[in-house]
Parts: sequence; structure tokens; C-alpha cells
Amino acid sequence: MTIKGKAYIAGIYEHPTRHAPDKSTAQLHAEVAKGAIEDAGLTKDDIDGYFCAGDAAGGLWPMVDYLGFNTKKLRHVDSTETGGCSYLIHLGHAAEAIAAGKCSIALVTLAGKPRTGVMPPRAAGAEADFETAYGATTHNAYGMCAMRHMHDYGTTSEQLAWIKVAASHHAQYNPHAMLKEVVTVEDVLNSPMISDPLHRMDCCVVTDGGGAMIVTTEEIAKSLKKPLVRLIGHGEAMKGPRGGKDLDLTYSAGVWSGPRAFEEAGVTPKDIKYASIYDSFTITVLMQLEDLGFCKKGEGGKFVADGNLISGVGKLPFNTDGGGLCSNHPVNRGGMTKILEAVRQLRGEAHPKVQVPNCDLAIAHGTGGLLGVRHAASTCILERV
Amino acid sequence: MTEAKKFNAPVTNPESAPFWEAARQGKFLIKRCTACGEPHYFPRSICPFCFSDKTVWEESSGEATVYTYSLMRKSPTGPYAIAYVTLKEGPSLQTNIVDCDLDKIRIGQKVKVVWKPTDGAPLPFFTMA
Repeated sequence: MTIKGKAYIAGIYEHPTRHAPDKSTAQLHAEVAKGAIEDAGLTKDDIDGYFCAGDAAGGLWPMVDYLGFNTKKLRHVDSTETGGCSYLIHLGHAAEAIAAGKCSIALVTLAGKPRTGVMPPRAAGAEADFETAYGATTHNAYGMCAMRHMHDYGTTSEQLAWIKVAASHHAQYNPHAMLKEVVTVEDVLNSPMISDPLHRMDCCVVTDGGGAMIVTTEEIAKSLKKPLVRLIGHGEAMKGPRGGKDLDLTYSAGVWSGPRAFEEAGVTPKDIKYASIYDSFTITVLMQLEDLGFCKKGEGGKFVADGNLISGVGKLPFNTDGGGLCSNHPVNRGGMTKILEAVRQLRGEAHPKVQVPNCDLAIAHGTGGLLGVRHAASTCILERV
Repeated sequence: MTEAKKFNAPVTNPESAPFWEAARQGKFLIKRCTACGEPHYFPRSICPFCFSDKTVWEESSGEATVYTYSLMRKSPTGPYAIAYVTLKEGPSLQTNIVDCDLDKIRIGQKVKVVWKPTDGAPLPFFTMA
């Protein structure tokens, strides 16, 4: 059994807002749903599968009711919650459901208001009494990864800075990007230290907004008007300290999700023409590039330096929308926008200044949770037919 | 100066209660599985490695080395250093390095357990040995 080539992404939409004081979270979900359905050339009543994660207002049941799906038709739902990579996992699960005949037109939505609303707290796990007091945040959890990576492999702040520099080169062409200014390595190093060794410019933006996609069958995708983009490989994995025995913060669960996706797709990192890589922090990108096999473990610093991630300049164009570092990181969850820019590249709809010529094979990869504590990862290999 | 940080008391539950009872006596406990011999932390009743229920409490030396750390430069209660430390007995755990010059923390630094009060059982932290 495989999901290779069984599911097509026929509709995409990224909300243009980055600051939404005048909207509700549910409303943002509805707006991105509407955008993706219209991009596909479908209607709401065509939807027979719905996927959402922890950002959905009230969870699955309230969202299904609020959006007003045809509930006589809706026959497959999934609220898998793995933080920022939930939507990459949803894409894989939607493909499984489509391959099994459990639905034929699935909608996945992400939206929320971290800047102008209240973010609901996560329910406590068994670790709470043994960890909560120590104040793990995204910044210091990823800071601990970067600190150990530097210690073990000699990775430098200058090398990390190149990741932000590349993202900023792309963001200048995105009219919706929150930060459009091109920055230099010196700018990153001179920005305030937030949590050693990460500077402010090593960190992603915080934005209101969201995105959505339609996943469907080959037959339906071919009946619609958009260029054909399909999923040919998917992997998911989880990693944590596991009783304190397995602590190694220099790699992510991408070391497992990546090979699973590449094997299913029958391609290798060398074949990839465009990469959407989750960029919550610069170190997130560097570790994932290593874990996915774009370079050897410990050589990520050299790989990203000197503009190697800049479209038209380097060998691996990444996050050509400006990514989470510069453009958008809706609800502190970057998985959806990673898929959306990969689809734009495969459709040939990226900005002309960053469009990869003849882009027919792309990867979208992300993590969820905290790399420095416990997290999930998911990898999707996408192909233009 | 910022005020001394106040920590919430652990909620505790039947599985973790012996750890917190020992903490009140200044003893830092870990769990060891008598089936596979592996120690682990935080404590579980079922071994996370071999899934045996033959786990027993064991007092740790409280001696450890810093695996990694990050100094958060700003917070409502001032700068603080989050870290993972690896106990002499093997398991690594999340903590804060406290009561020392935070700029001098380094990977490989030897540290030892110290306790900070709450309204309930005290919480374990580590400081330079």
C-alpha cells in the first residue's frame, strides 16, 4: 500500500492579513476555507472530508457546524494535533483517506490570532510537575538546540544568520510579507540577543492569519482548472527525551520522517528543486536540512552559508515567500504556509523574481512542538504532473 | 533588581507522590527498572524502555553535568538559564541553573541539585558544583 500519486492539491489559499484585530478566529478559518474552495473551483457543499488542528475555534465539532458543511455528505474528519506540522500530517492523512475511498474532496484549515487574541493553553502532560517551573519557551528551547549544535559541530552565528538573510531576499518580493527589508549577516548578529545563542533576527515573526488547502482525487483534480500537483511521498515521526536516555538535541524527528517520505516517493534530496523548510528559528532550518539529507550531519552551517538557499543564487532555493522568518507564521504554526508556497512553486505561481525554473519536484517539511523538548515532524514530497 | 521568582507547588498525583515526599526530605529520586536495569527520569510506574512494571525508586547523587543551556535575557522575573543536565546515574533532565553567575555556564560544567521552596513540595534546580 502507498499513497504515492493518490492525492492532488487542487486548491490553496493564504490569508493576506498578518494583523486581524477586527476578525474572529472562526471567521479567519471560514475566510481561508472559502479562498481554497474557490481557488479549486469547487463549492462548500462538495466537501466530504475536513481536517483541522488545535488552532480551530472550539475544535472539530464546533468548526464543522460553524462552517456549515453539508453534514449528510461530510464523511471523514481528522483533528490530529501536532503543533506547527499538523497540516503536513493532515495532507498525508487526507491522501490515506482518499486512497482508501473514505473521502474525495478534503479541506484542511489553519487560522488564528496570536497577536490580537488569547491563545488557549495546552493541556498538561505527565511531565508538567517536572518541567513547567523551568520556563521552557520556544526561544530558549531552540536556543538549547543551537547551543549544543555549535558545541558539537562548530556551527556559528554567522552561518545561522545566512538563513535569515536568504529568507529576507525572498520576502522583498512578497507584498504580504510582514518584514520586507533585505537584511545582512551583520544585521542579524547586531540584533538583540533573545536567548543565547539566538538573536532577535534568528526568530520568526508572530502573525495573525491562516491558510487552507483542498486535497482531492486524480479524477476530480483533472476535471478542475489548476495545474496538477500531487503528493508522492509522506512521512511522520515523533521525538522526545524518553526517560532522559535519548537526549540528543542536535537532530530532529526529521531523520525518520524524511527517509520515509523519500522512500515512498522514490526520489532523493538531490532531485528536489525547491524546499519549504519550517523556519520557526534559523537553527530549525539548519537541523532539518541535515536531518533530511541535503547535507551531512554537522555540515548544515557550511551548506546554508553564502546564499546557498537564495533562489537564483544558491543550489537549494528555500521558502521563497519569505517563510516564517519574514513573511508569515500564522498562529505560531508554520506547516500550512510551507505547503502553500511549495504548491505555488510547482504551479509556476511564485513571484517571478523567486520562481524556480521548471519546478516539478518540491519538498515541504516541518516540525511541531519544541525541538528542544518534545516534538513531531512531517515530510511531504510534492510533484507537478 | 527583580523579585525572587515564586514557583507554583507541584500538583502531584499517585504515580509521582513518592518523589515529592522525598523532595521534602531533600532527597532527589529517580526510577530504575529492575527488569532491564535502566534508570529513567521523570519517574514512571512502567519502564519507558522495556515496559516492565518492576520499577523502583532510587536516590540520585544529585551530581550532574550540563548537556546544553540557553540564557533567556529578559523575562518578568529577570534573566534565567534553562538547561538539560545529565545525572551521574545516566538520565538527562530539564532544569534551570541557579544561584551562580549565569554568564559563566558552559556545556560540560559540573552541577549539583538544590531545592527551591513552593507552597507545597520543593522543586529541584541545579547550581555549579
